[in-house]
Amino acid sequence: MLPTLGGRIQTRLFLLAVVGGIVTLIVGPLLPLSVPLHVVYRDTFVILAAVAVIGIAWECLYHFLMQWRWEKDWPTLFGLLTAIPEGLLIWFLLKKNAIPGITGAVTWQAYVIDFGAVWLAVWLVANGPMRVPYIRWRFHGGRVV
Amino acid sequence: MTDQPAGAAQETALPPQPETVQYMRNPPEVPAQRIAEPGAPPGSGDLTDEMLRSDQWTDQMLQTAGIPVTDVPLVSLGGGIGSFVTVDYLRVAGVSTDRIKVLSNLDFAWQTYEYLTRVSQIPKPERIRSDSASRPDNLWGFPSYALAEAVTERKLAPLWQVLVEPIFDDYYTPKAGRVFAGLERESKRIGWNQMLVKGQIRMVRKRQGGGYFVILTPMAGSTPTKRVAYRAEYVHIAVGYPGLKYLPELQDFRTEHQDFHHVVSAYELHEHVYEAARTKHVVVMLRGGGIVASRVLQRLMDDREKYGLSTEIVHLFRTFISSSHGPNAWNRRKGANGFAYQGFNYPKSVWGGQLKSEMRRLEGQQRADKYKLMGGTNTPYRRRWQAQMKDGRDHGWYRTMSGTVDQMRLDHGKIVSCVKTQQGVVEVAADYIIDCTGLEADIAEHRVLADLLQHSGVGRNPVGRLDVERTFELRGAGSGPGVMYASGATTLGGYFPGVDTFLGLQVAAQEIADDLARRGFCRRIGTFRSIRQWLRWARNKQP
Repeated sequence: MLPTLGGRIQTRLFLLAVVGGIVTLIVGPLLPLSVPLHVVYRDTFVILAAVAVIGIAWECLYHFLMQWRWEKDWPTLFGLLTAIPEGLLIWFLLKKNAIPGITGAVTWQAYVIDFGAVWLAVWLVANGPMRVPYIRWRFHGGRVV
Repeated sequence: MTDQPAGAAQETALPPQPETVQYMRNPPEVPAQRIAEPGAPPGSGDLTDEMLRSDQWTDQMLQTAGIPVTDVPLVSLGGGIGSFVTVDYLRVAGVSTDRIKVLSNLDFAWQTYEYLTRVSQIPKPERIRSDSASRPDNLWGFPSYALAEAVTERKLAPLWQVLVEPIFDDYYTPKAGRVFAGLERESKRIGWNQMLVKGQIRMVRKRQGGGYFVILTPMAGSTPTKRVAYRAEYVHIAVGYPGLKYLPELQDFRTEHQDFHHVVSAYELHEHVYEAARTKHVVVMLRGGGIVASRVLQRLMDDREKYGLSTEIVHLFRTFISSSHGPNAWNRRKGANGFAYQGFNYPKSVWGGQLKSEMRRLEGQQRADKYKLMGGTNTPYRRRWQAQMKDGRDHGWYRTMSGTVDQMRLDHGKIVSCVKTQQGVVEVAADYIIDCTGLEADIAEHRVLADLLQHSGVGRNPVGRLDVERTFELRGAGSGPGVMYASGATTLGGYFPGVDTFLGLQVAAQEIADDLARRGFCRRIGTFRSIRQWLRWARNKQP
């Protein structure tokens, strides 16, 4: 998919909500956390929401950086590697208690598993299977609507 | 290409092979002006005077002429990959084979493409210049060619390449043979042969009362009349490149010396050049800086290496690119050693991203300027080619030059080109000259398109090709409820730039299918239909 700014944001929100939501539901019980499951779910879904919301600002930055590329594309690898700065920022905000709604203590191991699984699943779906249900998505800069 | 250029047409005799590349033997001064063709007498099953003259035909006219008429809702003209991709979309959208006819002189949709790739040095095991997810046999582009190759050949390398491209490796591109095999499978799946009618397309005219008539000259002896007509509400035109032409000085040389052996086009069979290079020392001059020049160069360099040859190559660029170029830091394309480097024939985002979105909003001169900015001859940066060329430069057997050729002459069996460079005129002697420029003829050189321009009301876009709407409807060609669409190379210059590519044909097909759905011809492919149909594709079941 070759993104426009609007398409980037829509794709992020859509895939995090659908794919990220499903993965979060699956991964929740498997996380090494010693708090009740409903607390795990609340925390992981708050993190998911934070990735989505803060991600809008990230997408604006990526779009700006993309302007230096002649092809105005966003290589597949970039979509994977941007997990690192984004993941570190969310972790930093978690440690500073800057993300509202987190009640339990999220360990770094649990965070890496949760964040990594969601990111990988979203990235994989965006790089192939997404084209099956949404045949217009890739030709419209990643717009879902 | 579906029809021969005007003036050279032998309508009753179909070409023995896919003569896609039609060369302008004598470039006409005024291509639009043609010698008036005398009409046939009424009842003869051929075009009458009245039909030839009229922009719009009545049912009665065809009856009087004695031309049999077949009704079919949609006719696609061309039968190449442009027709194939569009028809594939429509079949997936639920249109049955009896509602579509494909008129073509090709036996199978990729016949022309296969011929052109082969002669321009991309045999089946070699890789074409196309993206992993641009699959004309799979409108979803999933699984991509890279994934399919990884699975069937049990290798991770293709997947690794698409992961790291284009930063740490060249762009992944599929092998020609894989593309053809996929097309063959999809062709059988959608029932292509049930829709295909072989013959030479003669013209399309509007029908009084709505819709169109398409006149076909069927295979000699296959029908009682010379012509047959198709009456359709929707017509899709995908006749491919109007024709290719040589550089003028090469054409003049060929004509003057009647030498079609030493001056050749990369788009025609020229295997004798490589064979000669294997028997003696030869100097080959290449003209052009695009992908075909790269391919021919690769073949010469590969043979040199493989057989220990002493072939010398002189590469003449009209526009020599020595470094990154562009108006500002946001629009800078890489280049070096004569070539402009780009993964595919346009910047990638024209097929769906930012540039596609920008172009869609531009009109007239602004659009033409944007085309100019991102157009120009270019070729991909491939690490192997770079290493080979560097070796050639270092050892003096590969030389590049910048300039134009004013004169050419024969001297002791060599072709001497007088190259006008910035440093003055330089004479270059070569045994063979390969024209890799791929200059395209005007659309009016194509008989069907010339007739269309003259009789249907269609116009030209800012770069001189057929003017289409964003939906690929031909502007000015509407006929009552009838609509005419065009896709492929003939529409270059429209709101969407990458028309003459696999993915571009799919973009056009999607727009056309969606427009036809709005008009009630078929169903719009929604999420659930798309998933169901993809599953059928995966299981190789009919749509």
